[in-house]
Amino acid sequence: MAVAAEVETVDLRETPLRELNRRLHGAGGDPLPPRWRVTHPDGAHAVAVGIDAPVEVDVDGHVGYYCAGMNQHATVRVHGNAGVGLAENIMSGTVVVDGYAGQSCAATGRGGLVVVRGHASARCAISLKGADVVVAGDTGPMSAFMAQKGVLVVCGDAGEALGDSLYEAHLYVRGQVRSLGADCVEKALRGEHVAELEALLARADVDADPAAFRRYGSARRLYAFDVDDA
Amino acid sequence: MRESATFDRAVIAEIQRAAREGIYDIRGWGAKRRLPHFDDLLFLGASVSRYPLEGYRERCATDVVLGDRFASEPLALQIPVTIAGMSFGALSAPAKEALGRGASAVGTATTTGDGGMTEEERGHSDTLIYQLLPSRYGMNPDDLRRADAIEVVIGQGAKPGGGGMLLGQKISDRVAAMRDLPRGVDQRSACRHPDWTGPDDLEIKLGELREITDWKKPIFVKIGASRTYYDVALAVKAGADVIVLDGMQGGTAATQEVFIEHVGIPLLAALPQAVEALQELGVHRKVQLVVSGGIRTGADVAKALALGADAVSIGVAALIALGDNAPELADEYAALGSAPGFYDDWQAGRDPAGIATQDDALAARLDPELGGRRLANFLRTLTLETQTLARACGKSHVHNLEPEDLVALTVEAAAMARVPLAGTSWVPGT
Repeated sequence: MAVAAEVETVDLRETPLRELNRRLHGAGGDPLPPRWRVTHPDGAHAVAVGIDAPVEVDVDGHVGYYCAGMNQHATVRVHGNAGVGLAENIMSGTVVVDGYAGQSCAATGRGGLVVVRGHASARCAISLKGADVVVAGDTGPMSAFMAQKGVLVVCGDAGEALGDSLYEAHLYVRGQVRSLGADCVEKALRGEHVAELEALLARADVDADPAAFRRYGSARRLYAFDVDDA
Repeated sequence: MRESATFDRAVIAEIQRAAREGIYDIRGWGAKRRLPHFDDLLFLGASVSRYPLEGYRERCATDVVLGDRFASEPLALQIPVTIAGMSFGALSAPAKEALGRGASAVGTATTTGDGGMTEEERGHSDTLIYQLLPSRYGMNPDDLRRADAIEVVIGQGAKPGGGGMLLGQKISDRVAAMRDLPRGVDQRSACRHPDWTGPDDLEIKLGELREITDWKKPIFVKIGASRTYYDVALAVKAGADVIVLDGMQGGTAATQEVFIEHVGIPLLAALPQAVEALQELGVHRKVQLVVSGGIRTGADVAKALALGADAVSIGVAALIALGDNAPELADEYAALGSAPGFYDDWQAGRDPAGIATQDDALAARLDPELGGRRLANFLRTLTLETQTLARACGKSHVHNLEPEDLVALTVEAAAMARVPLAGTSWVPGT
């Protein structure tokens, strides 16, 4: 019978944040425990940032800015709300927040998966560079601004100027889009897009019908500088 | 016949060009008009009231430590001249390698630029500063950790408040892959960071970078010179280890000429504001100040240090040292409608010197070893010149130069630099 791995518990009321992150970075050279639980984050910024290992981290409570920033390989679950810049520049792994996410969720994310079970505020997936982002609720204004690569799925409504100055990222919205940003247009939802959505929703463990979404992408009119764009 | 001072030849030519092409001019090389600069200052050499050091023999140290406010691994440089951030993409790979070779030969640092870190520059730069810019092209935690310092770029002297654009003709497969965009597509560098929006956020952002790098790496904050006093104070409050201040003469960023010539303030005006902010906060020489924008000679270096900088950074001068705008390329510059000493369309990707290009054939023209030797020679010359002036003022370390060693040639320069007009004790505005 397999023995459940020991859970390394760190109480941020007793342990300095710097110590938590150092240990998550493997300070001391010993192998990292595979499972971690962080208690009493109390809105702290930069919780569990810069991890580069396939560990699981459960954070019990709300976190401030940049939780799981630049994550590589780890699975970080926030059992609460997250502030600005959740999983910014994520490289790989998975970051899940049970509640809401503040502005710039998954900003510049390059890989991996970010899941927000509540709503995400403005600029969600801004400058996205390859990560997948699934928001079960709504997203705020300017989401996917200048998004280059990757996928943003919004199961609720999207705010103003969705996909402004978009490059090659794929955007899917099930609800209403308040307005589209510059050079962002609705495109046909074809079979390959339904398949992409279906797989992504399954990875995110979000129950939604892929066929109910509308697809948005770049019209590619801003790809080459032109005097009329000035 | 009388030429108009208001409508001079350059103005007339620009009106004619705009009427013909219907679009503003984009170029590099920073402000080209005459601005108050270090040329408007002079050193008061030692005499009866001051005691000089022997010019060729007595020790005059040039070392500088950058980033020891919070970082556990500050930079220790042998000379107070660094290489400014210039991206791979804007510059060719051999050019980045040459910058690394030259800087490392004299014990100083290079800086990555917008577009990520290349093996050429990491491999050849003993000390490499990794820029974190609004675009975050190529940003990743592995490179953050293998950098020697991190520079959060808020603005550049050539275009404070503006972003940038790398034109599609410079987007090779390699550049495209590093920046996660298709080949040939114009790449916009945003003017705002994607995940913070003000000085309070910046403090939290710097905290995240410190946590990711376990508080080892010095964090620089680079600003374009505009509201310098306030910007420096806010950057210090946000936790910067080093302030990088880029005056409007900063030239390696290409943008609209109207932006270059009409936004921002000269380094001469900005530097004393920065020092004032640092002194009022009690962190002058603790939070180091690196200045750039029109540094060309050892005299510029010495004057910047005398006004309170800890080091300077060079961009355009470094490119010239590598071989840009060389007279032997006159025919090729002529074919581009330019001439040696005038070529400033570095954004266009056709640099015949093989420096500001992604064309393989052009890039192959630059021998990185030779370019590195030229740059090292230039950096040595700047250092020797700086030492010469410092010794003449009786200083055993270039950081001992001080405003009291300077006078100004013009009322404007005296007011900006806050030193007396030559031959008087008058400091305008005080």
